[in-house]
Amino acid sequence: MTAYILRRIIYAMPILLGVNILTFVLFFVVNSPDDMARMNLGMKRVTPAAVENWKHERGYDLPLLFNESATGTGRITETIFFQKSLKLFRFDFGSSDSGRDIGYDISQRMWPSLAIAVPVLLVGLLLNITFALLIAFFRATYIDFWGVVLCVILMSISGLFYIIGGQYLVSKLLHLVPISGYDTGLGSVKFLILPVIIGVIGGIGAGTRWYRTLFLEEINKDYVRTARAKGLSETVVLFRHVLKNAMIPILTGVVVVLPLLFMGSLITESFFGIPGLGSYTIDAINSQDFAIVRSMVFLGSVLYILGLLLTDISYTLVDPRVRLS
Amino acid sequence: MDPNSKQKLSEIARLLPLLAIWLLSACGDGAWNNPYPKADKGRNILYSSFTERPKHLDPVRAYSANEYAFIAQIYEPLLQYHFLKRPYELIPLGAEQVPSPVFLDVNGNRLPDDADPGLIAFSEYKISIKPGMRYQPHPALAQNEQGSYIYHQLDPGFIESANTLSNFPRTGTREVTAADYVYQIKRLAYPRLNSPIAGVMGEYILGFPEFGAASTAAFKQLQASEDGGESWLDLRSIDLEGVEVLDAHRFRVRLRGKYPQFIYWLAMPFFSPMPWEAEAFYSQPGLEKRNISLHWYPLGSGPFMLEENNPNLRMVLAVNPNFHGETYPDTGEPGDRQAGLLDDVGKPLPFIDKASYSLEKESIPYWSKFLQGYYDTSSISSDSFDQAVQFSTQGDLELTEVMEEKGIKLQTAVTTSIFYMGFNMSDPVVGGDLERNHLLRQAISIAMDYEEYISIFNNGRGVAAQGPIPPGIFGNRTGVEGINHQVYEVRNGKPRRKTIEFARRVLAEAGYPNGVDRETGKPLILYYDTTSSGPDGKARLNWIRKQFDKLGIQLVIRSSDYNRFQEKMRKGTGQIFMWGWNADYPDPENFLFMLYGPNGKVKHGGENAANYNNPEFDALFVRMKNMENSPERQEIIDRMVEILRRDAPWAWGFFPKAVSLHHDWYKNVKPNLMANNTLKYKRLEPNLRDRQRRQWNPPVIWPIVIVTVILVVSTIPAVRLFRKRERSAAR
Repeated sequence: MTAYILRRIIYAMPILLGVNILTFVLFFVVNSPDDMARMNLGMKRVTPAAVENWKHERGYDLPLLFNESATGTGRITETIFFQKSLKLFRFDFGSSDSGRDIGYDISQRMWPSLAIAVPVLLVGLLLNITFALLIAFFRATYIDFWGVVLCVILMSISGLFYIIGGQYLVSKLLHLVPISGYDTGLGSVKFLILPVIIGVIGGIGAGTRWYRTLFLEEINKDYVRTARAKGLSETVVLFRHVLKNAMIPILTGVVVVLPLLFMGSLITESFFGIPGLGSYTIDAINSQDFAIVRSMVFLGSVLYILGLLLTDISYTLVDPRVRLS
Repeated sequence: MDPNSKQKLSEIARLLPLLAIWLLSACGDGAWNNPYPKADKGRNILYSSFTERPKHLDPVRAYSANEYAFIAQIYEPLLQYHFLKRPYELIPLGAEQVPSPVFLDVNGNRLPDDADPGLIAFSEYKISIKPGMRYQPHPALAQNEQGSYIYHQLDPGFIESANTLSNFPRTGTREVTAADYVYQIKRLAYPRLNSPIAGVMGEYILGFPEFGAASTAAFKQLQASEDGGESWLDLRSIDLEGVEVLDAHRFRVRLRGKYPQFIYWLAMPFFSPMPWEAEAFYSQPGLEKRNISLHWYPLGSGPFMLEENNPNLRMVLAVNPNFHGETYPDTGEPGDRQAGLLDDVGKPLPFIDKASYSLEKESIPYWSKFLQGYYDTSSISSDSFDQAVQFSTQGDLELTEVMEEKGIKLQTAVTTSIFYMGFNMSDPVVGGDLERNHLLRQAISIAMDYEEYISIFNNGRGVAAQGPIPPGIFGNRTGVEGINHQVYEVRNGKPRRKTIEFARRVLAEAGYPNGVDRETGKPLILYYDTTSSGPDGKARLNWIRKQFDKLGIQLVIRSSDYNRFQEKMRKGTGQIFMWGWNADYPDPENFLFMLYGPNGKVKHGGENAANYNNPEFDALFVRMKNMENSPERQEIIDRMVEILRRDAPWAWGFFPKAVSLHHDWYKNVKPNLMANNTLKYKRLEPNLRDRQRRQWNPPVIWPIVIVTVILVVSTIPAVRLFRKRERSAAR
């Protein structure tokens, strides 16, 4: 397995390089270093000298990808791309264009993101699987029919509606939890209740339908018929046999998103005032902070690749027939 | 599952609701939705919010409103605006008195105060600062028993472990000296610090550009001698010709020529004292990388200091224990006493202990929290406008009944800002100085019905502009004499926009009858550059297109992002655009300079985005800017404004109106559009606030109970079905 993991890591390098180049090109097609300087220096009384000074201090006065005025390897190394983007492979995120240490900011802001994402994932998974199993258990009854109808309704509602509606109902009308905000330590619990509930409810429709489909597919297989023939109760058949065999597609969906939980949710964090990585990325895009944007895109890519790798590994754990080689 | 486990599970299940209730009840003072810690109950803390983290808290760079909201409470520039008096009046803050300049000729001989500006070679300001002002406790000033600075030569290992200023346990203070003000002026001139006002100051303060060159050279030399590492350049070692320390509490600033607006700059945080120790401390290698810099941890002598700086979550200002003291003003305008604004005369400032600003990006939760009593003051977004205010039969803004029942108060004020539609004067169609060009722009100015625009898109919050100078600034004329006769006619002493038929006749005179070019026979097509996007933007753009359509002119909208828009303005490739300006200081020069030829954006990179260039106007501007406010100055301004109205480089747009709300417990509220340091005057009644919060936010549990019951009841048929299936034979 070690060889397999090493091979996957090596395969990941050109992907990450490609992602880096793509981010770089897309960013600088839209924003020039002059734009970045002006955005940072403010709207009023920005002189050309101040713009040049800002670019020089941050190394944005170099050519983007190829330096014709340099010689030898300098043609490649004395460029914005080489100086700014390739350091990411050492996980050296450097400083944001406004001077903040990106690594430190990420280490601080990933916790609020996780504080929402982990409970939403775990509680959501538990509820979705439970509901899907129940609906599968009551298949072809009115419970199945109305369950699916409810799921479709839940799926059709915009995530933003859940957030605004939830804030209005729970915080504004019922006064049960703060409408937005965050605090550190145990003080954060009261701020997390509502976003977690909304996150879970918002995901029930799609999750339950997806898992129901998986379970119904399994339920019609021969081993289930055999189990029933042995006289096992329907509950035992569902929870011991069907659930176990449906784990591979479930894992595919779940394990791949595990690392991405760090990246946070853009809308939820913004509406609830949670200082996570989702709002960090949005702020960086709005303020044209290339240093943060490239770091977050790179981190997202690494985590996605890691998620895929973990998914492959998890297959071997739940299905003895799968071997990595 | 064995019976013991089942029993444990059922016990845990029983405890869960209790745990939830305990968690919720721990939320605060009885109101479950209180976002603040229980310990804050009854405390004299002001609660407010910010939407975007401030980028720079260093007074050399900070220039935007969200930065001034913090640093204006922390730093003490030499002057400040009187909190209550109008028109705005400068009074001392760090200085002992408002300085008056001494004028000198080219040989250094003193000239009379009313000397011809042409003879004045230098203006000299001798400034005395208040003795006894002390800096907030700060590690940069911490000294040991031998008098050495404890944290000026940090160990790299220690720096690696430090993440905030609280990692430095020892603090110190010292008296503010004249040398600290001089040090800050040198920082303005130091190019590495990118001060936005370096360009303006470079025109006036003697030796300013030379200091920039010398300090840059010195820094390069320093870097070369220290192997290219980051180094601190002690600016005390380089002289700035126009600034000189006279003694511990006095210094002198010498300007080139006459520049009466200089004293307004002295009221901005750019001219705050900065101890050299701050730079010596923060410039140590590695600290900036740990986010420990002057941009994040200010060092001031004002009434407040930044106690918590987490711009991702919350910023907290606490009272500076070393504050030298100041008292509430004893005079104001007529009506201030009746409004309760003179109830605290002579009392020591500040009144509040802390100000907590929470990051609040979305307007909906922000507004809800204000209504719940968790923010003391609020602006009004367009979403909440109808809920908050309404128009009276006289057309004035007033609170809705719901707001009045809550004891909420309304404050409105026309801001010292302008939004205008500009014509690029270097454009061959809309620009130019020929009569037909004037007439074309005048016709468009009449057609652009800004009264309607304000009503539709600003909820009535604004005043259509008659010229470039906003109300409240010297030079603005009110009443009939202030009316722009090119665009308005006078009816019953009030301005009425000229009819669209009149505008069409003007357009025909310009050579475009019904929007068709008489010479070529082709329809007149104009281009409008904008950054507007989204549904709101689309509605605005449609409205603007409709105004041009009234004249038969086809308007092509060219939308782009702000970067591209700025680029078009810099290159002069735009044709018609809308932009704005917010006053730096209450002087007409700060508005009229945006139409001064040598400030043209394309040729000179200045703020004159219309690239307007009229020699007569420019000559009057040069005369006007050096004058004190007087009838003669007013006369010159009137002539300048008339020239502008005739030439119409701008369709005058509107002056926005600021509307804000505050709760009954929030006292001493008076809009002051020039002062940013008004936090120290604010007073709270925390007990009233606590009572109101409890009254407004009782937890409502019954819907939860009902939903739970419904859920439980609705599962009964499912449970029955489940049991029936379990009992039945395998299918």
